[in-house]
Amino acid sequence: MRLYLKRAIQDIRQNRFLNAVTIITIALSILIVSSFALFFINTSDLMNTWREGVRIMVYLMPATPAAEIPGLQKKMLGMYGVHEVRFISRDDALKQLRGQMRRQSALLENLKENPLPDGFEVRMIDASRNWEKIEKLAVQIEDLPQVEEVEYGRKWLGRFTNIFNLFTLAGYGLGALFFVAAVFFVANTIRLVLYTRRDEIEIMRLVGAEDQFIKIPFYIEGIIQGALGGIIGLLLLFIVFLAISSNVAQDFTAGPFQIRFLPLHILFSIISSSMIVGWLGCLVSLKQFLKP
Amino acid sequence: MTGGEEKYAIVRLFHVYRSYGPKNALVDITLDIYKNEFLFISGPSGAGKTTLLKLLYIAEPVSDGQILVDGMNLSRIPRKKIPFLRRNFGIVFQDYKLIPTKTVYENVSLVLEAKGQKQRMIQKKVNSVLRTVGMEQRLNALPPSLSGGEQQRVAIARAVVGDPKIILADEPTGSLDTESAGFIFNLLKGFHTRGTTVVIATHDRELIRKSGGRVVNLNAGRLIETSDI
Ligand SMILES: Nc1ncnc2c1ncn2[C@@H]1O[C@H](COP(=O)(O)OP(=O)(O)OP(=O)(O)O)[C@@H](O)[C@H]1O
Ligand SMILES: [Mg+2]
Repeated sequence: MRLYLKRAIQDIRQNRFLNAVTIITIALSILIVSSFALFFINTSDLMNTWREGVRIMVYLMPATPAAEIPGLQKKMLGMYGVHEVRFISRDDALKQLRGQMRRQSALLENLKENPLPDGFEVRMIDASRNWEKIEKLAVQIEDLPQVEEVEYGRKWLGRFTNIFNLFTLAGYGLGALFFVAAVFFVANTIRLVLYTRRDEIEIMRLVGAEDQFIKIPFYIEGIIQGALGGIIGLLLLFIVFLAISSNVAQDFTAGPFQIRFLPLHILFSIISSSMIVGWLGCLVSLKQFLKP
Repeated sequence: MTGGEEKYAIVRLFHVYRSYGPKNALVDITLDIYKNEFLFISGPSGAGKTTLLKLLYIAEPVSDGQILVDGMNLSRIPRKKIPFLRRNFGIVFQDYKLIPTKTVYENVSLVLEAKGQKQRMIQKKVNSVLRTVGMEQRLNALPPSLSGGEQQRVAIARAVVGDPKIILADEPTGSLDTESAGFIFNLLKGFHTRGTTVVIATHDRELIRKSGGRVVNLNAGRLIETSDI
């Protein structure tokens, strides 16, 4: 094994230029793919914080008798995915509104009569905080005869979810694309290296070397290229991240949301896939080259 | 087998043909090479000497006929086993075929590394063989910086380092002056004395006359005579 490693490193040294080009190519691919991952992770963080705040507001018919309130509350609590149902009387609602609109409270002073209906605030269990389940639940509640209207962050959250899903899809597509492109690039360098060493390879075969003996250093070479490319790409991303986060952070940190770099396990899997890219690139070109 | 003595034919050719397109490089060669013999394959340039050797280690396929090496039928050897067949031979190529980017030591040690031997063993063996051929001072030299005679000695060191059963030497003295040629020739004789089968392809009649041994004559791809000198 040490011998193979030595030969691989010797090889990289002798083909410095080719290797540098490949490593840079891999690094750039990794940079692009991982910046998608970074965007994805932070966006989904952000969406999670928003989702935690998601609740369904239920407004009752104006004539709903107070006696029906406890039964209604029980009914909603019994629905799948409901975590908490809080009754908000119309008086409480008005008080809240006044609190929120302190400056314009003059507007409310003139009200002869409270225009707000009684209502409930429904919170979901964690597992049900996804878009379809919220929608389903809302429809179920709306079907209750005493309920006049149901309100939740329907439009913007729905649209945002769609955009987010689109981005995720594009991210996967782009990731796959760059994966293939990087494999292709590695395959090409290794092919050039193989080509410059074809006499040497032929001699090794003539003196009784098995294909495995010839191939292994090239595999190691590919894996090293992949690892270096991956690490450099992630370093570049980290630099970009530092530059951006110092600017963006202030805008977002108002809430519980914090912009963050890729977590360790994702860094590892990016570097591993980069190494797989290197190995695959070798596999492809060796397959073609070492035919009898 | 010829004669009445107990001789083992380690290489056997039966009606072997080799053609390149319409050109016949070898025609109907039937020949036994015996264990521990010192055999010359002679003939003018283009007679087919190199081609004959190449068929033995499957650098090229036969066009027709059969070859047995130590009982193995070459046409039946799967591709994966070819390296193991080649390890029966120590080959001194007509054009040396040293790797120009590797040192003398690395060129020779390669053979043993490919066999998966331990580094300590390799070191001992390579140093000893390079001493035998008188190249122990040039371990770290690159082949292009060596003279023809020195390259030939390294080529021989590489051929014998793996203790092959058969040495195949293609024009081992071809482009060398008399003194270097004599040195190389004595090396090959020495390995023969120690029990290795040696096959030398050459057009150097002088060399053959001096040395003695069996001679196989090729001309235009045909075996014209076999003689003992
Ligand atoms: N790869 C090839 N393609 C076409 N013809 C070839 C090839 N190799 C050899 N030949 C032809 O086969 C014949 C025998 O060649 P070979 O190299 O065996 O001769 P040789 O006896 O070794 O000659 P020399 O003493 O010059 O080395 C020659 O006519 C040569 O032109
Ligand atoms: Mg020849």
